[in-house]
Amino acid sequence: MDNQKWEVVIGLEIHTQLATQSKIFSGAPTAYGAEPNVQACAVDLGLPGVLPVLNEEAVRMAVKFGLAIEAEIAPYSVFARKNYFYPDLPKGYQISQFELPIVGKGYLDIEVDGVKKRIGVTRAHLEEDAGKSLHEDFHGLTGIDLNRAGTPLLEIVSEPDMRSAKEAVAYMRQLHELVRYLEICDGNMQEGSFRCDANVSVRPKGQSEFGTRAEIKNINSFKFVEKAINHEIERQIDLIEMGGRVVQETRLYDANKDETRSMRSKEEANDYRYFPDPDLLPVSISEALKAQIKATLPELPGAKKLRFIEQYGQDDESATTLTSSRELADFYEQVVQQSGGQAKLATNWMTGDVLGALNKAGLDISHCPVRPERLSGLIKRIADNTISGKIAKQVFDKLWNGTATADEIIEQDGLVQITDMGAIEAIIDTIIANNQGQVEQFRSGKDKVFGFFVGQVMKETQGKANPAEVNKMLMAKLKG
Amino acid sequence: MSLTADDVKKIAHLARLGINPQDEGNYAQDLSGILDLMVQMGSLDTSEVLPMAHPMDQSQRLRPDKVTEHNQREKFQAIAPQVEEGLYLVPKVIE
Amino acid sequence: MHNKTIAELARGLRSGEFSSVELTRIFLDRITQHQNLNAFVTVTPDQALAQAEAADKRLAEGSSGLLTGIPIAQKDIFCTDGVKTSCGSKMLDNFIAPYDATVVTKFNEAGAVMLGKLNMDEFAMGSSNETSYYGPVLNPWDTKTVPGGSSGGSAAAVAARLVPGVTGTDTGGSIRQPAALCGITGLKPTYGRVSRYGMIAYASSLDQGGPMTRTAEDAAMLLQTMAGFDEKDSTSVDKPVPDYLASINQKLEGLTIGLPKEFFGEGLDAGIAAIIETAVEEYRRLGATVKEVSMPNLKYAIPAYYIIAPAECSANLSRFDGVRFGYRCENPSDLTDLYTRSRGEAFGKEVKRRILIGTYALSAGYYDAYYLKAQKVRRLISEDFKKALSEVDVIMGPVTPSTAFGLGEKTGDPIQMYLSDIYTIAINLAGLPAISIPAGFLNAMPVGLQIIGQYFAEDRLLNVAHQYQQVTDWHQRSPKGFE
Repeated sequence: MDNQKWEVVIGLEIHTQLATQSKIFSGAPTAYGAEPNVQACAVDLGLPGVLPVLNEEAVRMAVKFGLAIEAEIAPYSVFARKNYFYPDLPKGYQISQFELPIVGKGYLDIEVDGVKKRIGVTRAHLEEDAGKSLHEDFHGLTGIDLNRAGTPLLEIVSEPDMRSAKEAVAYMRQLHELVRYLEICDGNMQEGSFRCDANVSVRPKGQSEFGTRAEIKNINSFKFVEKAINHEIERQIDLIEMGGRVVQETRLYDANKDETRSMRSKEEANDYRYFPDPDLLPVSISEALKAQIKATLPELPGAKKLRFIEQYGQDDESATTLTSSRELADFYEQVVQQSGGQAKLATNWMTGDVLGALNKAGLDISHCPVRPERLSGLIKRIADNTISGKIAKQVFDKLWNGTATADEIIEQDGLVQITDMGAIEAIIDTIIANNQGQVEQFRSGKDKVFGFFVGQVMKETQGKANPAEVNKMLMAKLKG
Repeated sequence: MSLTADDVKKIAHLARLGINPQDEGNYAQDLSGILDLMVQMGSLDTSEVLPMAHPMDQSQRLRPDKVTEHNQREKFQAIAPQVEEGLYLVPKVIE
Repeated sequence: MHNKTIAELARGLRSGEFSSVELTRIFLDRITQHQNLNAFVTVTPDQALAQAEAADKRLAEGSSGLLTGIPIAQKDIFCTDGVKTSCGSKMLDNFIAPYDATVVTKFNEAGAVMLGKLNMDEFAMGSSNETSYYGPVLNPWDTKTVPGGSSGGSAAAVAARLVPGVTGTDTGGSIRQPAALCGITGLKPTYGRVSRYGMIAYASSLDQGGPMTRTAEDAAMLLQTMAGFDEKDSTSVDKPVPDYLASINQKLEGLTIGLPKEFFGEGLDAGIAAIIETAVEEYRRLGATVKEVSMPNLKYAIPAYYIIAPAECSANLSRFDGVRFGYRCENPSDLTDLYTRSRGEAFGKEVKRRILIGTYALSAGYYDAYYLKAQKVRRLISEDFKKALSEVDVIMGPVTPSTAFGLGEKTGDPIQMYLSDIYTIAINLAGLPAISIPAGFLNAMPVGLQIIGQYFAEDRLLNVAHQYQQVTDWHQRSPKGFE
């Protein structure tokens, strides 16, 4: 296999479950994890005679997304029926959008290895989710749970603009971050709130027409997207280089075996017979509504990152990290504010100890046991020299494992930094007097011994001496 | 326009509609006759006409995002052909 | 008693002349007595008597409305909580609806007494009531003929005085055509005037429920209860419902009637044409003026309809798959077998024919030539009506090209059957309201006059129909053996 000869072309279709209370066409709840079929009402079950009525919030969320990717919002969009038979599809058709989707062309900027790239979004349309087939054995039968049927989805279709699995992952991450910023999707991939299908093809470098593509269905983690796409690229290149041909088909990624396999059930050519749903009228979005929704748009990740660099003096990496979710960014800004503007200390603590501890504990920021009030309490004490950076780490451990404030811990454990320079001088004098050998070594040019003296002072003061002051005084005394 | 028994078989499959093989010819004939009626429309120039999906020139009304429906599983499943543990049962689905 | 109109019965109930329970028993007895007509799929005597008792209580308390205590029946296309709702199909022979259609709720709230569910063509697809799984309904005027369809049970039941008023639904003429063939009054309201929620869909952009009664005044009383905005139906129109009885007595001086020349061409029985002319003459005497209008695209209504309605029905009927309700075949071997056999065994021939046509018309490669073309033609037809109705107040014409045909006469030729809807179908495509009223007899069989009005002008139609019924007695005639 010679990767240099081939160019990879990837387009993604991402299904995001919109975070509404009720379903897109019925008043049934959308909560995850209920007993089977208790959240499937008459409309969701497609009982004879029932009719759909569109959820306002789903429309607003779709418009919000469209505005965030600077897309055209259709003044007039139409719901269509997509006809096919499947037991998790109660009506025998899915209500979706076909010719006139609510969101038209837009874009998303990504960055891979420091290189920026703009990925086109072809369209985004509203549709209803299907139910679930449960394959546990019911005497050789399959069980159908329709709780999920009718949950609103926004299907976001990208242009075939990505040229590597890495770019695909970056796009997916960017989109994932965006929908959570907009608070239109909880982004929970395990529960299926954010699902990805990838269209992958390869072509000889320099060729302008696309190769035949395969669609990989339902890859539900960032890790698997990269693996599944890379695997598929390899499979296609191998196939072509061996003299074979790629067939247009749907493939399923098997994470256990790290391979994709053809989905036999979807092989049959589908003829979905789309036509406008006569139970629903065209959705019109006025300029006024657009403006109203625009006014509710939060600051988007890109803009927030630039502001963090500008306002808090962050470097690119820290700003990227701290704006990677809206919760994290809000947390950070609260810490800055409550610590009286200690932006730099807040940045260091957040990107270092806080994220490190969260990572180790497998928590996200919303479950961080140290809330902004207590963290800023600690930062204030570092800033006013009450404690040293080293002591601060001890205090942070106690903040993480308990409920006390930084001040209470410092007080209780007697961790206040020794600011009485006379006391420190006395300690330094004693140490110099007791270690004349090392003093000689230092004076004869062995600079390394300096560290020994610092260590001795810190040991005597239990780390409570101000390190900068100790260094200064030690240096002066040793040099005599 | 004339449809064959084979066409009928294909359409019936799309519609998941069981039809006796001996009736396919009859349906083909009926359907061809109906499609012949459509030929009349062909003579009409509609190139400048917008399709009309609906008699009402209105736009879709939106429903507030509120939960109004509550669990009625027992009632709904009382009329179902086969259920177990709250699930509708169907022959095995192969993916 | 059974010859009284709803208006008369309502007065009698309120004055205490008779009780709802008495009334209910009389009509239940008549239903039993005339079972041979096969007008009902289900009779619900226990529930009816319970409702009648409750109605009598309301009447005694003085908290009654227009229809409190009045016996009615529902076409078996409207879902009724706890009562079998078959839609005339084997597919739903075991279907006990778990909820009420909005129309049913409205009648219940009004205190009307439901006697049962009326026979109909399977899934409302048919013009003779011969496609019903429960067998054909007989026309009380001549039991060797059909009552029309799809609301054949509804029309026959009212004509035979088994119930004073009923519901029907009209997708291509299914209220007006059987009303005409059975000599009663049937109103198809403007699309969106009556909620479709709980009314099992045949062709969603055409279906509309409406009243079937003996007189226009009774139709006004039923429509008053049925009409109105429903938040559960996106296509229902949020427009206040006028008081239909308030305008019914207006005089007709100054009314302009349009006669489309296309309604009186080839194919119309000369006897029917003469009856329509006589009726129009009567309107002249009532002060109306008449002018000819033209609707050049009317001839395309049948082809357009027989693409659009089957296309919509092909999707609407996909939910009948043997999984959640309705008929399921024995021992399906796999999923495809479950679908094809359940649907193949439980749908009748006409339903299958329309599902096949619709599936074909929507399939890849044919969509533009058939479905899209039909929708464009639909607009042209609708514009013809708009133009005509900008020149006149109402349009009049025949409902059917002939009187009731013989049972079995057209079942072998679906196209002949479709052509009998020629005067009614275009109105559904345009979404307009229209009423059929008795206008005379040809060879002892009833003939209907169709009156078509402006969108939401049901009040005007009822007024125009009522005034005619004040000076004629066609609507009071009853078939032999049912007096």
